[in-house]
Amino acid sequence: MVMVRLTPGGPGAAYGRHMARSPSAPSFWRSPLRGPWLTSVLGVALLGGITVLFVTGLLSYAAYSPDLSPVNDKTPGKGVLGFYLFPWPTGPRWLYRLTQGVHVTLGLTLIPVLLAKLWSVVPLLFRLPPARSVAHALERLSLLFLVGGVLFEFVTGVLNIQLDYVFPGSFYPLHFYGAWVFFAAFVVHVLLRAPAAWRALRGPREEPGGLVAPEPAEPTVSRRGALAFVGGGSLLLLATTAGQNFDGVPRRTALLAPHGGAEPGGGPGAFQINKTARYAGIRAAETSEEAWRLVVTGRGGRTVRLSRADLLALPQHEAALPIACVEGWSTSDQRWRGVRLRDLAALAGDPGDVGDPPDLLVESLQRHGAFRRAALRAGQVADPRSLLALAVNGAGLTLDHGYPARVIVPAAPGVLNTKWVARLTFGDL
Amino acid sequence: MRRRRPPLGSPAHLLLLACSFALTAYAGVRLLEDDPFAVALWFVGAAVLHDLVLVPLYGAADRTLLRGMERSGHRDRAMYVRVPAALSLLLLLVWFPLITGRVADRYARATGLSPDGFLARWLLITAALCGGSAAVYALRHRRPRGPSRRGT
Repeated sequence: MVMVRLTPGGPGAAYGRHMARSPSAPSFWRSPLRGPWLTSVLGVALLGGITVLFVTGLLSYAAYSPDLSPVNDKTPGKGVLGFYLFPWPTGPRWLYRLTQGVHVTLGLTLIPVLLAKLWSVVPLLFRLPPARSVAHALERLSLLFLVGGVLFEFVTGVLNIQLDYVFPGSFYPLHFYGAWVFFAAFVVHVLLRAPAAWRALRGPREEPGGLVAPEPAEPTVSRRGALAFVGGGSLLLLATTAGQNFDGVPRRTALLAPHGGAEPGGGPGAFQINKTARYAGIRAAETSEEAWRLVVTGRGGRTVRLSRADLLALPQHEAALPIACVEGWSTSDQRWRGVRLRDLAALAGDPGDVGDPPDLLVESLQRHGAFRRAALRAGQVADPRSLLALAVNGAGLTLDHGYPARVIVPAAPGVLNTKWVARLTFGDL
Repeated sequence: MRRRRPPLGSPAHLLLLACSFALTAYAGVRLLEDDPFAVALWFVGAAVLHDLVLVPLYGAADRTLLRGMERSGHRDRAMYVRVPAALSLLLLLVWFPLITGRVADRYARATGLSPDGFLARWLLITAALCGGSAAVYALRHRRPRGPSRRGT
Protein backbone atom coordinates (compact mmCIF):
# COMPACT_ATOMS: atom_id res chain seq x y z
CA MET A 1 0.00 0.00 0.00
CA VAL A 2 1.77 3.07 -1.19
CA MET A 3 -1.27 5.30 -1.47
CA VAL A 4 -2.24 5.55 2.18
CA ARG A 5 -1.65 9.10 3.29
CA LEU A 6 -3.25 10.54 6.34
CA THR A 7 -4.26 14.13 6.59
CA PRO A 8 -3.26 15.40 10.03
CA GLY A 9 -6.35 16.27 11.94
CA GLY A 10 -8.61 14.88 9.21
CA PRO A 11 -11.63 12.78 10.10
CA GLY A 12 -9.76 9.55 9.39
CA ALA A 13 -6.64 10.52 11.29
CA ALA A 14 -7.58 9.27 14.75
CA TYR A 15 -8.42 5.85 13.41
CA GLY A 16 -5.45 5.55 11.09
CA ARG A 17 -5.24 3.01 8.32
CA HIS A 18 -7.90 0.82 9.79
CA MET A 19 -10.65 3.41 9.42
CA ALA A 20 -9.56 4.41 5.92
CA ARG A 21 -10.60 0.95 4.79
CA SER A 22 -14.09 1.45 6.14
CA PRO A 23 -16.53 3.11 3.76
CA SER A 24 -17.83 5.26 6.60
CA ALA A 25 -14.50 7.12 6.65
CA PRO A 26 -14.47 10.03 4.19
CA SER A 27 -10.90 9.14 3.23
CA PHE A 28 -12.10 5.73 1.99
CA TRP A 29 -13.57 7.49 -1.06
CA ARG A 30 -10.78 8.62 -3.34
CA SER A 31 -12.36 9.76 -6.59
CA PRO A 32 -11.47 13.41 -7.31
CA LEU A 33 -14.64 13.71 -9.38
CA ARG A 34 -17.16 13.60 -6.52
CA GLY A 35 -18.41 16.90 -5.27
CA PRO A 36 -21.52 19.03 -5.01
CA TRP A 37 -21.10 20.48 -8.51
CA LEU A 38 -21.11 17.13 -10.32
CA THR A 39 -23.96 15.79 -8.18
CA SER A 40 -25.97 18.96 -8.77
CA VAL A 41 -25.52 18.92 -12.55
CA LEU A 42 -26.63 15.29 -12.68
CA GLY A 43 -29.44 16.04 -10.25
CA VAL A 44 -30.78 18.89 -12.37
CA ALA A 45 -30.67 16.65 -15.47
CA LEU A 46 -32.63 13.98 -13.61
CA LEU A 47 -35.09 16.52 -12.21
CA GLY A 48 -36.03 17.53 -15.76
CA GLY A 49 -35.90 14.03 -17.22
CA ILE A 50 -37.78 12.25 -14.46
CA THR A 51 -40.48 14.92 -14.43
CA VAL A 52 -41.07 14.21 -18.13
CA LEU A 53 -41.07 10.45 -17.40
CA PHE A 54 -43.63 10.90 -14.62
CA VAL A 55 -45.94 13.10 -16.72
CA THR A 56 -45.77 10.88 -19.82
CA GLY A 57 -46.34 7.86 -17.56
CA LEU A 58 -49.47 9.44 -16.10
CA LEU A 59 -50.61 10.29 -19.64
CA SER A 60 -50.15 6.69 -20.72
CA TYR A 61 -52.20 5.57 -17.73
CA ALA A 62 -54.98 7.98 -18.77
CA ALA A 63 -54.76 6.79 -22.40
CA TYR A 64 -55.85 3.32 -21.25
CA SER A 65 -59.11 4.85 -19.95
CA PRO A 66 -59.08 2.84 -16.70
CA ASP A 67 -62.07 4.83 -15.44
CA LEU A 68 -64.22 3.81 -18.42
CA SER A 69 -64.68 0.10 -17.77
CA PRO A 70 -63.30 -2.63 -15.49
CA VAL A 71 -61.89 -4.43 -18.55
CA ASN A 72 -59.46 -1.53 -19.10
CA ASP A 73 -58.61 -1.16 -15.43
CA LYS A 74 -55.61 -3.13 -14.16
CA THR A 75 -55.51 -1.01 -10.98
CA PRO A 76 -59.07 -1.04 -9.57
CA GLY A 77 -57.80 0.03 -6.15
CA LYS A 78 -56.16 3.24 -7.40
CA GLY A 79 -58.42 5.53 -5.32
CA VAL A 80 -57.32 9.15 -5.45
CA LEU A 81 -54.27 8.30 -7.56
CA GLY A 82 -56.56 8.47 -10.58
CA PHE A 83 -57.66 11.99 -9.65
CA TYR A 84 -56.43 13.56 -12.86
CA LEU A 85 -57.96 11.08 -15.34
CA PHE A 86 -59.51 12.67 -18.40
CA PRO A 87 -61.03 11.43 -21.65
CA TRP A 88 -58.08 10.60 -23.91
CA PRO A 89 -58.46 12.50 -27.21
CA THR A 90 -58.27 11.00 -30.72
CA GLY A 91 -56.04 13.69 -32.07
CA PRO A 92 -53.43 14.40 -33.02
CA ARG A 93 -53.27 10.81 -34.29
CA TRP A 94 -49.64 10.47 -33.22
CA LEU A 95 -50.33 11.63 -29.65
CA TYR A 96 -49.74 8.31 -27.88
CA ARG A 97 -46.92 7.49 -30.28
CA LEU A 98 -45.21 10.67 -29.12
CA THR A 99 -45.92 10.51 -25.37
CA GLN A 100 -45.07 6.84 -24.98
CA GLY A 101 -42.13 6.98 -27.37
CA VAL A 102 -40.73 9.79 -25.24
CA HIS A 103 -41.48 7.91 -22.01
CA VAL A 104 -39.55 4.77 -22.97
CA THR A 105 -36.81 6.33 -25.09
CA LEU A 106 -36.08 9.05 -22.55
CA GLY A 107 -36.18 6.49 -19.73
CA LEU A 108 -33.50 4.43 -21.46
CA THR A 109 -31.47 7.55 -22.23
CA LEU A 110 -31.51 8.59 -18.57
CA ILE A 111 -30.04 5.30 -17.31
CA PRO A 112 -26.39 6.50 -17.49
CA VAL A 113 -27.34 9.78 -15.80
CA LEU A 114 -29.12 7.89 -13.03
CA LEU A 115 -26.19 5.51 -12.51
CA ALA A 116 -23.76 8.44 -12.42
CA LYS A 117 -25.92 10.35 -9.96
CA LEU A 118 -26.18 7.38 -7.61
CA TRP A 119 -22.42 6.81 -7.90
CA SER A 120 -21.73 10.43 -7.07
CA VAL A 121 -23.55 10.24 -3.73
CA VAL A 122 -22.74 6.68 -2.67
CA PRO A 123 -20.36 7.76 0.16
CA LEU A 124 -23.32 9.38 1.92
CA LEU A 125 -24.92 5.94 2.31
CA PHE A 126 -22.17 4.89 4.72
CA ARG A 127 -21.80 8.17 6.59
CA LEU A 128 -21.70 8.14 10.40
CA PRO A 129 -23.51 8.98 12.57
CA PRO A 130 -26.48 7.54 10.67
CA ALA A 131 -28.66 10.45 11.71
CA ARG A 132 -28.02 13.86 13.23
CA SER A 133 -31.64 14.52 14.09
CA VAL A 134 -35.08 12.93 13.85
CA ALA A 135 -35.73 14.85 10.63
CA HIS A 136 -32.42 13.63 9.23
CA ALA A 137 -33.24 10.02 10.15
CA LEU A 138 -36.59 10.30 8.37
CA GLU A 139 -34.92 11.89 5.36
CA ARG A 140 -32.58 8.92 5.12
CA LEU A 141 -35.56 6.55 5.29
CA SER A 142 -37.12 8.59 2.51
CA LEU A 143 -33.94 8.04 0.46
CA LEU A 144 -34.62 4.30 0.58
CA PHE A 145 -37.96 4.96 -1.12
CA LEU A 146 -36.24 7.32 -3.54
CA VAL A 147 -33.42 5.00 -4.59
CA GLY A 148 -35.44 1.77 -4.28
CA GLY A 149 -38.29 3.45 -6.13
CA VAL A 150 -36.29 4.80 -9.03
CA LEU A 151 -34.45 1.52 -9.54
CA PHE A 152 -37.71 -0.45 -9.23
CA GLU A 153 -39.32 1.72 -11.92
CA PHE A 154 -36.36 1.55 -14.29
CA VAL A 155 -35.86 -2.20 -13.80
CA THR A 156 -39.54 -3.13 -14.29
CA GLY A 157 -39.75 -0.83 -17.33
CA VAL A 158 -36.58 -2.15 -18.95
CA LEU A 159 -37.62 -5.77 -18.33
CA ASN A 160 -41.18 -5.23 -19.58
CA ILE A 161 -40.13 -3.79 -22.94
CA GLN A 162 -37.97 -6.90 -23.45
CA LEU A 163 -40.89 -9.19 -22.55
CA ASP A 164 -38.92 -10.52 -19.57
CA TYR A 165 -41.77 -10.85 -17.09
CA VAL A 166 -39.76 -11.94 -14.06
CA PHE A 167 -41.04 -9.16 -11.81
CA PRO A 168 -43.50 -10.22 -9.10
CA GLY A 169 -46.93 -9.55 -10.58
CA SER A 170 -48.60 -7.67 -13.41
CA PHE A 171 -46.58 -4.82 -14.89
CA TYR A 172 -49.37 -2.23 -14.79
CA PRO A 173 -50.01 -2.07 -11.02
CA LEU A 174 -46.31 -2.53 -10.16
CA HIS A 175 -45.12 0.26 -12.44
CA PHE A 176 -48.03 2.58 -11.60
CA TYR A 177 -48.05 2.27 -7.80
CA GLY A 178 -44.25 2.05 -7.77
CA ALA A 179 -44.17 5.39 -9.60
CA TRP A 180 -46.26 7.03 -6.88
CA VAL A 181 -44.12 5.59 -4.08
CA PHE A 182 -41.08 6.95 -5.89
CA PHE A 183 -42.75 10.28 -6.62
CA ALA A 184 -43.57 10.89 -2.95
CA ALA A 185 -39.88 10.59 -2.08
CA PHE A 186 -38.77 12.43 -5.24
CA VAL A 187 -40.72 15.61 -4.49
CA VAL A 188 -39.44 15.83 -0.93
CA HIS A 189 -35.89 15.14 -2.08
CA VAL A 190 -36.07 17.91 -4.68
CA LEU A 191 -37.49 20.38 -2.16
CA LEU A 192 -34.89 19.56 0.50
CA ARG A 193 -31.90 19.45 -1.85
CA ALA A 194 -32.72 22.25 -4.32
CA PRO A 195 -31.10 25.04 -2.24
CA ALA A 196 -27.82 23.14 -1.89
CA ALA A 197 -27.83 22.22 -5.58
CA TRP A 198 -28.49 25.85 -6.52
CA ARG A 199 -25.58 27.00 -4.34
CA ALA A 200 -23.26 24.37 -5.81
CA LEU A 201 -24.10 25.37 -9.37
CA ARG A 202 -23.81 29.10 -8.78
CA GLY A 203 -21.05 29.22 -6.21
CA PRO A 204 -17.55 30.07 -7.40
CA ARG A 205 -15.72 27.24 -5.64
CA GLU A 206 -16.90 24.25 -3.71
CA GLU A 207 -15.80 23.93 -0.13
CA PRO A 208 -14.11 20.75 1.08
CA GLY A 209 -16.14 18.35 3.15
CA GLY A 210 -19.39 16.77 2.13
CA LEU A 211 -18.95 14.86 -1.11
CA VAL A 212 -15.45 16.09 -1.89
CA ALA A 213 -12.83 13.43 -1.19
CA PRO A 214 -10.41 14.65 1.55
CA GLU A 215 -7.59 12.60 0.03
CA PRO A 216 -8.37 12.52 -3.69
CA ALA A 217 -6.50 10.21 -6.02
CA GLU A 218 -4.69 11.64 -9.01
CA PRO A 219 -7.37 12.54 -11.55
CA THR A 220 -7.56 10.63 -14.82
CA VAL A 221 -10.37 12.78 -16.24
CA SER A 222 -11.83 16.20 -15.50
CA ARG A 223 -15.35 16.64 -14.16
CA ARG A 224 -16.45 17.99 -17.52
CA GLY A 225 -14.84 14.98 -19.15
CA ALA A 226 -16.78 12.71 -16.80
CA LEU A 227 -20.01 14.49 -17.70
CA ALA A 228 -19.23 14.04 -21.40
CA PHE A 229 -18.67 10.34 -20.66
CA VAL A 230 -22.13 10.06 -19.06
CA GLY A 231 -23.68 12.04 -21.91
CA GLY A 232 -21.96 9.74 -24.38
CA GLY A 233 -23.59 6.75 -22.71
CA SER A 234 -26.96 8.47 -22.99
CA LEU A 235 -26.36 9.29 -26.64
CA LEU A 236 -25.37 5.71 -27.38
CA LEU A 237 -28.60 4.38 -25.83
CA LEU A 238 -30.65 7.04 -27.60
CA ALA A 239 -29.04 6.34 -30.97
CA THR A 240 -29.58 2.58 -30.70
CA THR A 241 -33.20 2.89 -29.50
CA ALA A 242 -35.03 5.89 -30.96
CA GLY A 243 -35.28 4.38 -34.43
CA GLN A 244 -37.80 1.78 -33.25
CA ASN A 245 -40.46 4.49 -33.56
CA PHE A 246 -40.15 4.85 -37.34
CA ASP A 247 -40.55 2.41 -40.22
CA GLY A 248 -37.83 1.80 -42.76
CA VAL A 249 -34.21 2.93 -42.45
CA PRO A 250 -34.50 4.53 -38.96
CA ARG A 251 -35.75 1.25 -37.50
CA ARG A 252 -32.59 -0.44 -38.73
CA THR A 253 -30.52 2.00 -36.66
CA ALA A 254 -32.20 0.78 -33.45
CA LEU A 255 -29.58 -1.95 -33.16
CA LEU A 256 -30.46 -3.34 -29.74
CA ALA A 257 -34.04 -2.14 -29.20
CA PRO A 258 -36.71 -4.88 -29.09
CA HIS A 259 -38.50 -3.55 -32.19
CA GLY A 260 -35.45 -2.32 -34.05
CA GLY A 261 -33.97 -3.97 -37.12
CA ALA A 262 -36.08 -5.59 -39.81
CA GLU A 263 -39.84 -5.57 -40.28
CA PRO A 264 -41.49 -8.98 -39.79
CA GLY A 265 -42.39 -10.85 -43.00
CA GLY A 266 -42.85 -9.15 -46.37
CA GLY A 267 -45.48 -7.38 -48.42
CA PRO A 268 -48.11 -4.85 -47.29
CA GLY A 269 -48.37 -6.45 -43.83
CA ALA A 270 -44.66 -6.14 -43.11
CA PHE A 271 -44.81 -3.80 -40.13
CA GLN A 272 -44.29 -4.36 -36.42
CA ILE A 273 -46.47 -6.85 -34.54
CA ASN A 274 -47.13 -6.64 -30.81
CA LYS A 275 -48.47 -10.19 -30.37
CA THR A 276 -48.69 -12.72 -33.19
CA ALA A 277 -51.78 -14.88 -33.80
CA ARG A 278 -49.87 -17.92 -32.60
CA TYR A 279 -48.91 -16.19 -29.36
CA ALA A 280 -52.51 -15.04 -28.75
CA GLY A 281 -53.80 -18.57 -29.32
CA ILE A 282 -55.80 -17.83 -32.47
CA ARG A 283 -56.78 -20.96 -34.41
CA ALA A 284 -57.10 -20.81 -38.19
CA ALA A 285 -60.44 -22.66 -37.99
CA GLU A 286 -62.07 -19.80 -36.02
CA THR A 287 -61.04 -17.13 -38.50
CA SER A 288 -62.14 -18.88 -41.72
CA GLU A 289 -64.71 -17.25 -44.00
CA GLU A 290 -67.30 -19.88 -43.03
CA ALA A 291 -66.74 -19.95 -39.29
CA TRP A 292 -66.13 -16.29 -38.39
CA ARG A 293 -69.08 -14.00 -37.71
CA LEU A 294 -68.91 -10.58 -36.10
CA VAL A 295 -71.62 -10.13 -33.48
CA VAL A 296 -72.66 -6.47 -33.14
CA THR A 297 -75.06 -5.43 -30.39
CA GLY A 298 -76.51 -1.93 -30.31
CA ARG A 299 -77.42 0.26 -27.40
CA GLY A 300 -81.05 -0.82 -27.73
CA GLY A 301 -80.13 -4.50 -27.49
CA ARG A 302 -80.51 -5.32 -31.18
CA THR A 303 -77.94 -7.86 -32.39
CA VAL A 304 -76.58 -8.27 -35.91
CA ARG A 305 -74.32 -11.08 -37.15
CA LEU A 306 -72.03 -10.17 -40.03
CA SER A 307 -69.69 -12.26 -42.15
CA ARG A 308 -66.51 -10.74 -43.58
CA ALA A 309 -68.26 -10.47 -46.94
CA ASP A 310 -71.13 -8.57 -45.28
CA LEU A 311 -68.65 -6.14 -43.78
CA LEU A 312 -66.89 -5.64 -47.13
CA ALA A 313 -70.29 -4.79 -48.66
CA LEU A 314 -70.71 -1.88 -46.21
CA PRO A 315 -69.25 1.56 -47.05
CA GLN A 316 -65.45 1.34 -46.75
CA HIS A 317 -63.33 4.20 -45.43
CA GLU A 318 -59.61 4.80 -45.20
CA ALA A 319 -57.50 6.19 -42.38
CA ALA A 320 -53.72 6.60 -42.16
CA LEU A 321 -52.86 5.77 -38.55
CA PRO A 322 -49.84 4.46 -36.63
CA ILE A 323 -49.62 1.58 -34.17
CA ALA A 324 -48.05 2.77 -30.91
CA CYS A 325 -47.24 0.34 -28.12
CA VAL A 326 -46.85 0.92 -24.39
CA GLU A 327 -43.45 -0.77 -24.80
CA GLY A 328 -42.20 2.40 -26.47
CA TRP A 329 -42.07 1.35 -30.11
CA SER A 330 -44.38 2.46 -32.87
CA THR A 331 -44.90 2.30 -36.61
CA SER A 332 -45.26 5.10 -39.09
CA ASP A 333 -48.77 5.65 -40.49
CA GLN A 334 -50.33 2.59 -42.10
CA ARG A 335 -53.21 2.92 -44.58
CA TRP A 336 -56.11 1.11 -42.93
CA ARG A 337 -59.37 0.39 -44.77
CA GLY A 338 -62.61 -0.83 -43.26
CA VAL A 339 -65.97 0.06 -41.77
CA ARG A 340 -66.37 3.06 -39.47
CA LEU A 341 -67.17 2.06 -35.89
CA ARG A 342 -69.94 4.68 -35.78
CA ASP A 343 -71.50 3.13 -38.92
CA LEU A 344 -71.57 -0.23 -37.14
CA ALA A 345 -73.22 1.43 -34.13
CA ALA A 346 -75.87 2.82 -36.46
CA LEU A 347 -76.29 -0.56 -38.15
CA ALA A 348 -77.09 -2.19 -34.82
CA GLY A 349 -79.97 0.20 -34.34
CA ASP A 350 -78.16 3.09 -32.73
CA PRO A 351 -78.44 6.39 -34.54
CA GLY A 352 -74.90 7.16 -33.41
CA ASP A 353 -75.62 10.86 -33.57
CA VAL A 354 -72.87 13.20 -32.54
CA GLY A 355 -74.86 14.46 -29.58
CA ASP A 356 -74.94 11.15 -27.76
CA PRO A 357 -72.58 8.57 -29.23
CA PRO A 358 -72.26 5.22 -27.43
CA ASP A 359 -69.20 3.68 -25.77
CA LEU A 360 -68.00 0.35 -27.09
CA LEU A 361 -66.88 -2.95 -25.60
CA VAL A 362 -64.66 -4.91 -28.01
CA GLU A 363 -64.06 -8.62 -27.52
CA SER A 364 -61.39 -10.62 -29.30
CA LEU A 365 -61.08 -14.27 -30.28
CA GLN A 366 -57.81 -14.42 -28.36
CA ARG A 367 -57.75 -16.74 -25.37
CA HIS A 368 -55.25 -14.95 -23.22
CA GLY A 369 -53.76 -11.51 -22.91
CA ALA A 370 -54.73 -8.81 -20.45
CA PHE A 371 -56.60 -6.87 -23.14
CA ARG A 372 -58.58 -9.57 -24.97
CA ARG A 373 -61.53 -7.36 -24.02
CA ALA A 374 -61.19 -3.59 -24.26
CA ALA A 375 -63.49 -0.60 -23.89
CA LEU A 376 -63.47 2.49 -26.11
CA ARG A 377 -64.92 5.84 -25.20
CA ALA A 378 -67.78 7.46 -27.10
CA GLY A 379 -65.41 10.09 -28.48
CA GLN A 380 -63.17 7.35 -29.85
CA VAL A 381 -66.15 5.53 -31.43
CA ALA A 382 -67.46 8.73 -33.01
CA ASP A 383 -64.18 9.70 -34.71
CA PRO A 384 -64.53 9.17 -38.49
CA ARG A 385 -61.01 7.64 -38.56
CA SER A 386 -61.94 4.93 -36.04
CA LEU A 387 -62.37 1.78 -38.09
CA LEU A 388 -63.07 -1.87 -37.91
CA ALA A 389 -60.26 -2.46 -40.38
CA LEU A 390 -60.41 -5.28 -42.92
CA ALA A 391 -57.39 -4.29 -44.99
CA VAL A 392 -54.12 -2.44 -44.59
CA ASN A 393 -51.75 -0.88 -47.12
CA GLY A 394 -53.88 -2.10 -50.02
CA ALA A 395 -54.16 -5.76 -49.05
CA GLY A 396 -56.34 -7.83 -46.74
CA LEU A 397 -55.20 -8.01 -43.11
CA THR A 398 -52.70 -10.74 -42.33
CA LEU A 399 -53.53 -13.11 -39.50
CA ASP A 400 -50.84 -11.49 -37.33
CA HIS A 401 -52.38 -8.05 -37.86
CA GLY A 402 -55.82 -9.22 -36.79
CA TYR A 403 -57.53 -10.97 -39.71
CA PRO A 404 -60.55 -11.21 -40.16
CA ALA A 405 -61.07 -7.74 -38.62
CA ARG A 406 -59.39 -5.42 -36.14
CA VAL A 407 -60.10 -2.14 -34.45
CA ILE A 408 -57.93 0.88 -35.21
CA VAL A 409 -58.48 4.14 -33.33
CA PRO A 410 -56.41 7.32 -33.71
CA ALA A 411 -54.04 8.15 -30.82
CA ALA A 412 -55.06 5.08 -28.79
CA PRO A 413 -52.49 2.77 -27.16
CA GLY A 414 -51.81 -0.35 -29.23
CA VAL A 415 -53.62 -2.81 -26.97
CA LEU A 416 -56.89 -0.88 -27.36
CA ASN A 417 -56.68 -1.55 -31.11
CA THR A 418 -58.10 -5.04 -30.60
CA LYS A 419 -57.20 -7.69 -33.18
CA TRP A 420 -59.26 -10.74 -34.24
CA VAL A 421 -62.46 -8.98 -33.18
CA ALA A 422 -65.37 -11.33 -32.43
CA ARG A 423 -67.92 -9.08 -30.77
CA LEU A 424 -68.78 -5.38 -30.59
CA THR A 425 -71.20 -4.22 -27.91
CA PHE A 426 -72.26 -0.56 -28.13
CA GLY A 427 -73.76 1.09 -25.09
CA ASP A 428 -73.05 3.33 -22.14
CA LEU A 429 -70.25 1.81 -20.10
CA MET B 1 -21.61 15.62 30.62
CA ARG B 2 -25.30 15.21 30.10
CA ARG B 3 -26.58 12.70 27.61
CA ARG B 4 -28.83 14.54 25.19
CA ARG B 5 -31.69 13.21 23.14
CA PRO B 6 -31.18 13.56 19.39
CA PRO B 7 -32.54 16.91 18.24
CA LEU B 8 -35.81 16.93 16.35
CA GLY B 9 -34.65 18.92 13.39
CA SER B 10 -36.47 21.51 11.34
CA PRO B 11 -40.26 21.44 11.76
CA ALA B 12 -40.68 22.31 8.07
CA HIS B 13 -38.60 19.27 7.09
CA LEU B 14 -40.57 17.08 9.47
CA LEU B 15 -43.88 18.23 8.01
CA LEU B 16 -42.68 17.74 4.46
CA LEU B 17 -41.46 14.24 5.26
CA ALA B 18 -44.72 13.39 7.00
CA CYS B 19 -46.66 14.42 3.88
CA SER B 20 -44.33 12.38 1.73
CA PHE B 21 -44.66 9.27 3.92
CA ALA B 22 -48.44 9.54 3.90
CA LEU B 23 -48.43 9.36 0.09
CA THR B 24 -45.78 6.61 0.19
CA ALA B 25 -48.02 4.59 2.51
CA TYR B 26 -51.12 5.21 0.38
CA ALA B 27 -49.42 4.02 -2.81
CA GLY B 28 -47.28 1.46 -0.99
CA VAL B 29 -50.27 -0.43 0.41
CA ARG B 30 -51.52 -0.80 -3.16
CA LEU B 31 -48.10 -1.71 -4.52
CA LEU B 32 -47.76 -4.50 -1.95
CA GLU B 33 -51.33 -5.73 -2.25
CA ASP B 34 -50.83 -8.85 -4.40
CA ASP B 35 -47.46 -10.19 -3.32
CA PRO B 36 -46.13 -8.11 -0.40
CA PHE B 37 -42.98 -10.07 0.28
CA ALA B 38 -41.78 -10.42 -3.30
CA VAL B 39 -42.53 -6.80 -4.21
CA ALA B 40 -40.82 -5.47 -1.06
CA LEU B 41 -37.87 -7.72 -1.84
CA TRP B 42 -37.62 -6.29 -5.37
CA PHE B 43 -38.00 -2.73 -4.14
CA VAL B 44 -35.41 -2.91 -1.37
CA GLY B 45 -33.34 -5.48 -3.24
CA ALA B 46 -32.90 -3.11 -6.18
CA ALA B 47 -31.38 -0.47 -3.91
CA VAL B 48 -29.22 -2.95 -1.99
CA LEU B 49 -27.98 -4.73 -5.13
CA HIS B 50 -27.08 -1.43 -6.74
CA ASP B 51 -25.37 0.19 -3.76
CA LEU B 52 -23.69 -2.85 -2.24
CA VAL B 53 -22.97 -5.05 -5.26
CA LEU B 54 -23.00 -3.15 -8.55
CA VAL B 55 -21.17 -0.01 -7.39
CA PRO B 56 -18.40 -1.88 -5.49
CA LEU B 57 -18.06 -4.25 -8.43
CA TYR B 58 -17.47 -1.61 -11.09
CA GLY B 59 -15.44 0.43 -8.62
CA ALA B 60 -13.14 -2.56 -8.09
CA ALA B 61 -12.94 -3.19 -11.84
CA ASP B 62 -11.94 0.43 -12.37
CA ARG B 63 -9.27 0.30 -9.67
CA THR B 64 -7.86 -2.87 -11.23
CA LEU B 65 -7.74 -1.10 -14.59
CA LEU B 66 -6.02 1.92 -13.06
CA ARG B 67 -3.41 -0.23 -11.30
CA GLY B 68 -2.67 -1.99 -14.56
CA MET B 69 -2.31 1.28 -16.42
CA GLU B 70 -0.17 2.68 -13.62
CA ARG B 71 2.25 -0.21 -13.90
CA SER B 72 2.78 0.55 -17.56
CA GLY B 73 3.08 4.26 -16.80
CA HIS B 74 -0.09 5.25 -18.65
CA ARG B 75 -2.47 6.01 -15.81
CA ASP B 76 -3.54 9.24 -17.50
CA ARG B 77 -4.70 7.27 -20.52
CA ALA B 78 -7.21 5.11 -18.62
CA MET B 79 -10.16 6.75 -20.35
CA TYR B 80 -9.25 5.11 -23.65
CA VAL B 81 -10.04 1.74 -22.04
CA ARG B 82 -12.66 2.94 -19.59
CA VAL B 83 -14.99 4.54 -22.13
CA PRO B 84 -15.46 1.65 -24.57
CA ALA B 85 -15.59 -0.90 -21.74
CA ALA B 86 -18.15 1.03 -19.72
CA LEU B 87 -20.35 1.80 -22.74
CA SER B 88 -20.32 -1.82 -23.83
CA LEU B 89 -21.20 -3.01 -20.31
CA LEU B 90 -23.92 -0.36 -20.11
CA LEU B 91 -25.56 -1.79 -23.23
CA LEU B 92 -25.22 -5.30 -21.80
CA LEU B 93 -26.79 -4.19 -18.52
CA VAL B 94 -29.79 -2.59 -20.25
CA TRP B 95 -30.41 -5.23 -22.94
CA PHE B 96 -29.31 -8.25 -20.89
CA PRO B 97 -32.51 -10.30 -21.56
CA LEU B 98 -32.30 -9.85 -25.34
CA ILE B 99 -28.51 -10.16 -25.65
CA THR B 100 -28.28 -13.34 -23.57
CA GLY B 101 -31.28 -14.83 -25.33
CA ARG B 102 -33.11 -15.60 -22.08
CA VAL B 103 -36.38 -14.32 -23.63
CA ALA B 104 -35.60 -15.60 -27.16
CA ASP B 105 -38.50 -18.04 -27.33
CA ARG B 106 -41.19 -15.66 -26.06
CA TYR B 107 -39.78 -12.79 -28.09
CA ALA B 108 -39.91 -14.77 -31.33
CA ARG B 109 -43.40 -16.12 -30.69
CA ALA B 110 -44.82 -12.73 -29.66
CA THR B 111 -43.26 -10.36 -32.19
CA GLY B 112 -42.61 -12.59 -35.19
CA LEU B 113 -39.07 -11.17 -35.24
CA SER B 114 -35.83 -13.11 -35.09
CA PRO B 115 -34.37 -13.29 -31.57
CA ASP B 116 -30.91 -13.99 -33.01
CA GLY B 117 -28.60 -11.15 -33.72
CA PHE B 118 -28.80 -9.17 -30.47
CA LEU B 119 -25.62 -10.83 -29.18
CA ALA B 120 -23.89 -10.39 -32.53
CA ARG B 121 -24.91 -6.72 -32.77
CA TRP B 122 -23.77 -6.05 -29.20
CA LEU B 123 -20.39 -7.65 -29.97
CA LEU B 124 -20.07 -5.57 -33.15
CA ILE B 125 -20.94 -2.38 -31.27
CA THR B 126 -18.33 -3.34 -28.65
CA ALA B 127 -15.79 -3.91 -31.39
CA ALA B 128 -16.64 -0.53 -32.95
CA LEU B 129 -16.33 1.24 -29.58
CA CYS B 130 -12.95 -0.36 -28.87
CA GLY B 131 -11.77 0.28 -32.42
CA GLY B 132 -12.95 3.89 -32.28
CA SER B 133 -11.16 4.46 -28.99
CA ALA B 134 -7.99 2.86 -30.36
CA ALA B 135 -8.18 5.09 -33.43
CA VAL B 136 -8.56 8.24 -31.33
CA TYR B 137 -5.67 7.08 -29.14
CA ALA B 138 -3.47 6.46 -32.16
CA LEU B 139 -4.30 9.86 -33.64
CA ARG B 140 -3.66 11.79 -30.44
CA HIS B 141 -0.47 10.00 -29.44
CA ARG B 142 1.00 9.65 -32.90
CA ARG B 143 3.82 12.16 -32.73
CA PRO B 144 4.44 14.68 -29.99
CA ARG B 145 4.77 17.65 -32.36
CA GLY B 146 2.54 16.44 -35.20
CA PRO B 147 -0.65 18.45 -34.68
CA SER B 148 0.98 21.77 -33.79
CA ARG B 149 3.03 21.81 -36.96
CA ARG B 150 -0.06 21.60 -39.15
CA GLY B 151 -1.57 24.50 -37.27
CA THR B 152 -5.21 23.38 -37.40
